Amino acid sequence: MSEIVLTPKGSIDIMVEAEVITPDAFAGKSVHEIEALKVWQGPRQLPLSEFFDVEGSAGTTAEETTIVITGDVPRVKLIGAGMSAGNVIVEGSAGMHVGSNMKGGSILVKRDAGSWAGMEMKGGVLHILGNAQDHVGCAYRGSWHGMTGGRIVIEGNAGSQLGGGMCGGEIIVNGDVENFCAIRQSGGLIVVRGDAVRAAGAEMTGGTLVVCGHIMQFLPGFEHQGTEHDLTMGDVECAGEFMKFVGDYAISKRPKGVLYVSREANEGL
Amino acid sequence: MAGTVVIKNGYVFDPLNEVNGEMMDIFIKDGKVVEELSGTEMKDAKVIDAHGKTVMPGGVDSHSHVAGAKVNKGRLMRPEDHYRWTREKTDITHGGCGYTVPSVYLQGYEYATMGYTTVFEAAMPPLEARHTHEEMRSTPILDMGAYLVLGNNWFVMRYLKEGDIERAAAYVAWMMRTHKAYGIKCVNPAGVENWGWAKNVSSLDEANIHFEITPREVIHGLAEVNEMLGLPMSLHLHGNNLGHPGCWEITRDSLAIPSDVKPSCNVDVERAETKMDSNRFQTVYLAHAQFNSFGGTSWRDFESGAKGVIDYVNKADHVVIDNGAVPFGQATVMTGDGPAIHDLYVLTGNKWSNTDVELECGSGVLPFTYLKSNPVHSVQWAMGLELLLMVNDPWKTILTTDHPNGGPFVKYPQVIAWLMSKKAREQTFSECHKWAHDRSELASVEREMTLQEIAILTRANPARTIGMAHRKGHLGIGADGDVAIYDIDPTRLNRNEYTKIVQGFQQAEYTIKDGEVIAHRGEVVAVPEGRTYYSDVSVSDEMDREMLKDVREWFKYYTVGFANYPVPEKYLTKPTPIKVDAGR
Repeated sequence: MSEIVLTPKGSIDIMVEAEVITPDAFAGKSVHEIEALKVWQGPRQLPLSEFFDVEGSAGTTAEETTIVITGDVPRVKLIGAGMSAGNVIVEGSAGMHVGSNMKGGSILVKRDAGSWAGMEMKGGVLHILGNAQDHVGCAYRGSWHGMTGGRIVIEGNAGSQLGGGMCGGEIIVNGDVENFCAIRQSGGLIVVRGDAVRAAGAEMTGGTLVVCGHIMQFLPGFEHQGTEHDLTMGDVECAGEFMKFVGDYAISKRPKGVLYVSREANEGL
Repeated sequence: MAGTVVIKNGYVFDPLNEVNGEMMDIFIKDGKVVEELSGTEMKDAKVIDAHGKTVMPGGVDSHSHVAGAKVNKGRLMRPEDHYRWTREKTDITHGGCGYTVPSVYLQGYEYATMGYTTVFEAAMPPLEARHTHEEMRSTPILDMGAYLVLGNNWFVMRYLKEGDIERAAAYVAWMMRTHKAYGIKCVNPAGVENWGWAKNVSSLDEANIHFEITPREVIHGLAEVNEMLGLPMSLHLHGNNLGHPGCWEITRDSLAIPSDVKPSCNVDVERAETKMDSNRFQTVYLAHAQFNSFGGTSWRDFESGAKGVIDYVNKADHVVIDNGAVPFGQATVMTGDGPAIHDLYVLTGNKWSNTDVELECGSGVLPFTYLKSNPVHSVQWAMGLELLLMVNDPWKTILTTDHPNGGPFVKYPQVIAWLMSKKAREQTFSECHKWAHDRSELASVEREMTLQEIAILTRANPARTIGMAHRKGHLGIGADGDVAIYDIDPTRLNRNEYTKIVQGFQQAEYTIKDGEVIAHRGEVVAVPEGRTYYSDVSVSDEMDREMLKDVREWFKYYTVGFANYPVPEKYLTKPTPIKVDAGR
C-alpha cells in the first residue's frame, strides 16, 4: 500500500471542486503529475498544487493507493467522488459531496463532513467521526434514486433529508437527525441511534428505518403492526423494545416501508 | 473565400442524384454546390482531402423536439439530466449541459458534430410559437423550422365539422403566416380536446365532446386542407391511442384515411438539380411509428404490432413514416398528447407535467428510462428497427428516435449500426429481455442496410418528405453546400465491427454548412446563425377577410389579445419564407 499525503496550504475562499482527489485519479502517477491535476475554483482551473503540498507516492492501482489529507478542508468539495477502490483519510473536516457517487474503497473523515456526503453512493464505506450536514446518501437535485449500495457510518449528528430516495445500502447515525430522514426511501437500511425532528420516513415505499430515540412529529401515514424486541439486521443490532409501523400510506396503497420506533422514547404514540 | 470548399476524392453517397459511393469531387462556391471552380477560385478555396472517407449531404432531422415550451419544461424538471452531461465553453462556443434535454447551444453543437445541419421541431403549439422561435433563434448553426399543432384546434375542428374546408384552409394559411410555421402537425386528433375533461377518444369514429368531430374527420380534413393550400410538406400525423397495447390497428386505419387525397405542392422555390424528383409524393407522414405500432391487448400479452403497419406501408404509395427508435437508456417523453403522458405517469409514478393550451392543444412531459431488462422496452427496441428494416422501399422511411422520446439524438449512430449490422442486433438480443426475440420478427430479418440506404434515411428522404429537397438532402448543382464527411471507408467496411460504424457516425470528420467548415472531429470550429424556414401561404383576400372576422369573434376566449398573437419576423434568424400560392 502506497501513501500520498496532501497538506493544505492555507485557507480557501471560493470553494474548490476537487473530484480528482481519488485513488483512481492518483494511481500510477508521480508526485509531479498529481500536483498538476486540475481543479476548478469558480470560473478558473488551477493545479492541485495551488492548494496542497503533495508528498509520498501513489500505488500502481487505485486499490493500492491511500490518500491522507492532513488538516481541515471544509472548502474542498468532492473528495473521493466516484472512487472505486483504495482509501482516503481526511484528518480534519471535509467539504460538500465527500464520497458522492463512490463505488468502492473507503473514506474516513475524522471530523465533520459538509452536505451531500455519500450522495447517490453505490458501494464502499464512508465513515464520518464528527457530524454530517444535510442530504447524506441522498438523491441529487431532480434525481429520484439516492444511495444504492455501500455503508455510511456517522458517529455524530446528521442534518435533514438523510437517505433521501435511498434504494439500497446502509446508513448508521449514532447521533440525532433533523427533518425528513429517509424521505422517499424504497430500499436499504437506515438506523438512527438518537432522535429525529419531523417527518421521518416521509413518502417511504420500501426499506427499513429504525429510530432508537424520539421522533418529535410522527407522520400520520404509518400503520401500527405490533411490537418487536432487540432488532438484528445483518451485523447491526438495536437493543430495546420497538413499535413496528408500515408506511407511508400517503404515497402508496401498498407501501412496504418499515419504520421501527423506540417504545420507551415515544410514549405518546 | 468564405463558403468556397472543394472536397476531393471522397466516396460520395447522394441518393437523390443516384450517386452511390462513387469517388468524386464536390465543389461548393459561395455556399452552394457548383459544377466546378475556375482556376482562380480554386486558389482561394479550402481543399479537403476526403480520400477513403464517406461523403454525404448534411444530415436532416425531420422530427425532433428541440425548441419550445415543453422542451423547456423538460429542462426545468430534469436537473439530474444536466449535471452529468456537460460541454465546456471554448473561445467561440458557449458551455452547455443536458443529455436528453440539452440546452439550445449544446443541441446545436451536438447535431453539428454528428454531421447534421438541418433540424425541424416536431410540435409547435400556436400560443407557444414565440417561445419556440426564441429557442430556435438561440440554437446555433442549424437551419430550422417548426410544425404547427392543429389537430385539436377549436377553429379547425369547427370549420371541418361544418364542412367548410375552404375557411379551414384560409385559417390554416393565416396561422402559418402568423406563427411563422412550416407544416401541419396533427397530434391525437380530437382526443387532446377531450383531455380537458379527463377523457380521450379511442376509435377513429368516436366523436369528441362539444365539437362532436371524429379523428377520421380531422385527419381527412387537415390532409385536404394541406393539399388544397399546397404546403411544402404533407400532414404530419401522431396517431390516436399512442402508447396503448393494440394501437397498431388504429394506426393502419388512420394511414388509409388520406389515401384518396392527391398530393399537390404549390411552392414557389428555386430547385437545385436532382436526378430523382425532389417533390414529395406522400399525403401523410406518420411520426414515430414505433409508439403507434404496439400489439397485444395488455402489458402482459404485449408484442410488436409493427408488421401490421409495415404491411400497409409496403403496399401504400401515399405514406412516409419515421420510426422513433428506442436505443435504451435515458429519455424524456414529451408530446402534445396530454392523455398519453398521464397514462405513462400512472404506469411509472415518475414526476410529470401536463399543460392545456387554451383553444389549441395540450402537452405533457415525463422522464423515462428504457431498460434492456424490461420486457416491453426490449420489444420497443426491436420494433423501432423492424419499422425501418421490413419496409422494403427506403424512400418510405426516416430514421429518428423521436428525440428525446425514444432516446436522445446522439444515439442515431447506434441506431445506424443496428440497421447496418446483423451482428450488432444479435449482440443486443443477447443483452436484452427475451421478449425482444420472441415477440417481434426482428430476429428473422437478414437485411443489412447499405451506406446509400442510410443516406436515404438520414438526409435524402427526410429532406424530400418535408419539402426541403429543393435545397437540402443532396449535393446536386445549386443545393446548399451542407456536407458531412465521415471517417468510414466504404471499400473496407466490415459490418461485424459495428462499434466502428458507431464511432464513424458519432463524430463527423468534417461538417460543412453553406460551404463553411463547422465541425472537425467533434470540435466546433465555426458558429454561423441558422436559417428559419416557414410557409408563407397566400389565399384570396376575400377569403382571408371573412375568416378573420370569424376568428376575431372567438378570440375573446383567448387570454392574449389578438394584436399580441402573431410572431413578428424579428424573432427569426435569417427568416426564409417558402412562398406557397394556394390559388395556383
